Amino acid sequence: MTNIAITINEESYRIDVKPDTPLLWVLRDTLGLTGTKYGCGMGLCGACTVHLDGEARRSCQTPVGSIGAKKITTIEGLSPDRSHPVQRAWIAEQVPQCGYCQPGQIMQAAAFLASTPHPTREQINEAMNGNICRCATYQRIRRAMQHASGQNA
Amino acid sequence: MRHQAQFSRREFLKTSANGSVALILGFYLPVRGSGRDIPDSRVFRPNAWVRITPDNQITVLTEIPEVGQGPRTVDTMMLADELEADWSTIRVEQAPVIPEIYQHLHTGGSGGTGSAWDYMRKVGAQAREMLLTAAAQQWGVDKKDCRAENSAVVHGPSGRRFRYGELVATASKLLAPKAESTPLKSPSEFHFIGKSIPRVDVPSKVDGSGVFGIDVRVPGMLFAVVARCPHFGGTLQSYDATAAKAVPGVHAVFPIAPLGFLPKLERNINTAGGVAVVADSTWSAMQGRKALKVSWDKGPNTSETTEAISKQLKEQAVAPPSFVAVNQGDALRALQENVKKVDAFYELPFQAHATMEPMNTTVHVREDGTEVWSPTQIGKLVQEEITILSGLSAKQVTVHMTLCGGSFGRRYQWDYAAEAWQVAKEMKRPVQLIWTREDDMQHDFYRPYSYHRMSGALDAQNNIVAWSHRVVSTPIRAVFDLPETLQDPKHVASQELGGADVIPYPVSNFRLDYSPVYSGVPRAWWRSVAGSFNGFAIECFVDELAHAAGLDPYEFRVKLLRDDRKLPGIRSQDDPPLDTRRFRAVLQLAAEKSGWGSPLPAGQGRGIACCYSFDSYLAHVVEVSVEKDGTVHVLRIVSAVDCGTAVNPDGVKAMTEGAVNYALTPVLNGEITIKDGAVEQGNFDGYQVLRMSDAPDVEVHIVPSNGDPGGMGETGVPPLGPAVANAVFAATGKRIRRLPIDPASLAANPPVSS
Repeated sequence: MTNIAITINEESYRIDVKPDTPLLWVLRDTLGLTGTKYGCGMGLCGACTVHLDGEARRSCQTPVGSIGAKKITTIEGLSPDRSHPVQRAWIAEQVPQCGYCQPGQIMQAAAFLASTPHPTREQINEAMNGNICRCATYQRIRRAMQHASGQNA
Repeated sequence: MRHQAQFSRREFLKTSANGSVALILGFYLPVRGSGRDIPDSRVFRPNAWVRITPDNQITVLTEIPEVGQGPRTVDTMMLADELEADWSTIRVEQAPVIPEIYQHLHTGGSGGTGSAWDYMRKVGAQAREMLLTAAAQQWGVDKKDCRAENSAVVHGPSGRRFRYGELVATASKLLAPKAESTPLKSPSEFHFIGKSIPRVDVPSKVDGSGVFGIDVRVPGMLFAVVARCPHFGGTLQSYDATAAKAVPGVHAVFPIAPLGFLPKLERNINTAGGVAVVADSTWSAMQGRKALKVSWDKGPNTSETTEAISKQLKEQAVAPPSFVAVNQGDALRALQENVKKVDAFYELPFQAHATMEPMNTTVHVREDGTEVWSPTQIGKLVQEEITILSGLSAKQVTVHMTLCGGSFGRRYQWDYAAEAWQVAKEMKRPVQLIWTREDDMQHDFYRPYSYHRMSGALDAQNNIVAWSHRVVSTPIRAVFDLPETLQDPKHVASQELGGADVIPYPVSNFRLDYSPVYSGVPRAWWRSVAGSFNGFAIECFVDELAHAAGLDPYEFRVKLLRDDRKLPGIRSQDDPPLDTRRFRAVLQLAAEKSGWGSPLPAGQGRGIACCYSFDSYLAHVVEVSVEKDGTVHVLRIVSAVDCGTAVNPDGVKAMTEGAVNYALTPVLNGEITIKDGAVEQGNFDGYQVLRMSDAPDVEVHIVPSNGDPGGMGETGVPPLGPAVANAVFAATGKRIRRLPIDPASLAANPPVSS
């Protein structure tokens, strides 16, 4: 066990875990931040997506010891009141069905739109192809991303 | 927890009608954490589904589990409409698992909305009538001069109004009126029903606050995984826990027994058994399991492979059947007598449910009882099975139904909650049993593997004079039921023929028969059950008949459907019959909205298919393009649906969009294959589910209707596969005989093997 310092949603934590423990399980089991979901454990589904310094990362593939001073943002920290444009668009377009993959979808979309504010449909498909939704809300995710980017769907 | 009333819902409504003890039920309804079990004039509880407090807060309890289909919103809309409630003051809670009071704590067969339609409106109306009576009493006026609107009662002549909260004390002293004779609104008076109301669960699903089963956190809890034999039917031979126990965080390692047939439940609950590893985190438990040394007795099914099952299915397709389900006229003779004959076969392999949230359940076995948190489609059975396994009474087993991260039929199973109880009872602390993705994919209850042999004949006027359908499959019943009942071929076939027993098109000689094939691979209900394979066979075959007739596939269907007929199914006379008028109408709507018949670029094709399932009618028109190497792209889907009253139209659209795209996985990429009696795929690299770039936009059109609501969770699935296959034929002239589509079979120049 090692004492590791990390910053999550602008709060500092010191945790005692092995450095190779995936961030996903530190968030969920050590800290109780369960908004970030387990889906595959192999970086294949995107349900565990968080931001490291604003970039989308699969937390199941991110050893907690590798993060250093990078700032972690989880779905709980994206906004205090669901006011992030992507969250607002997700509500406006009524995207979620079961909702399990949506924190990962939203984190992936938010990071992508920050760097590509006016994406084409093809760019959205490419950016989101690593995030699986078994309820298949893909069409509404596309619409919500266009909505969030100020484009009419 | 105390619940004095031991009524069924039907009895409850009947008792309410007598007006004697309904309020007792209301008062004694347990309110979690409140400790109230005496009459309370500060809360108006006319029945078990609604509570109103003096601050005008309305709490609605909905029963149907939330697996993504939106019952918390839809069921509340029904109640709120009759209650004349102000939507903004409503809070929705999951009803507790008290089956004596709540009889709809499950969702299956797309029946949720239909089952709530009657009682949720009646209990809303019952509450409304009591509030009207209370207001009339307080004013000393005639109730007939009062009306309810927007969570208030208004006295028409004087214009005075009471907010519902102001009526709580008076209303809570009243006897409930007869529920049966309480007037229900006519569709023209609906405020909520028929409107696209935003879902009440959506906010908690965009900020991470929604609690799924896997998110349950209880003080002092531990996390567990189970090592299971990968070969179906295999058992634990021996294990060495030394290295596993040395993994930091691991608390315990112990074997658990497989669970089979539970006589009291009359079900085989089918757990594999194995070795449990319990740790202080999920990751530690996984690492512990990795370090575990286990040897398995691989069991009786190691010769099973996909190829071997396929071979047996094909053999049974030409052998005498075990069960003849329908034999009208003489299809076999008609086949010999007519010139235009078509023969076809279709093969559909195993599919996994692969819900995004893998199976899990949290259990705390205490001295005074057991508490369970489970993402389940059927809370009542979880309570029942743990009661049976533990010997506790139902009152001692508290089950919390959490949000479910997908379901699609998988969570209608008993296995994972029972396993979690087995693990937790060995620990003095709450334990969350998690299935990894690999566990979930390799120990699912898969869609049956099926094979269809179809023969048909047309007369000179292109009427269908013979229709013969042989279904061969690895039957669902064999997985769950007592061996004695499996001696009855009709019983074995009973889950395999859905959608095949009633053909909407006039068929003068109709034969449907069935044969089972043994498999050690567990099977169960996969979104739309038998409809997902029979719908494919039937609607592909109709297309082939249309081609034989030399007619456009849409025109062929509509021409055959010219007469209005109502066709009962063979399963139950209680089921609504297939109404060919409604069937034809959705076909026509889909064709019209899609621009059926308009030209498409070269390499593209358009296909149509329509199915009646779960009391709803749904037609798809699909446009595809096929590349030179045979790769199929689905470009556009236009769907038309008649589901009776569309209680929440946006929900109907969402279910259709989701069902369509869920159904694309087994058409384009997804297949579970078997080798050595085990599943070969372990994660989303092997089992290729649909991703965004392959997901077309779906345009949904709803037929206006005031009829009883039909199901929508599954209805979009059956006609999707055949519509795609028929579109591929239109583009290439090649029929799809096996799913998922093999691009090589469609390649313009078949690849030369080097």
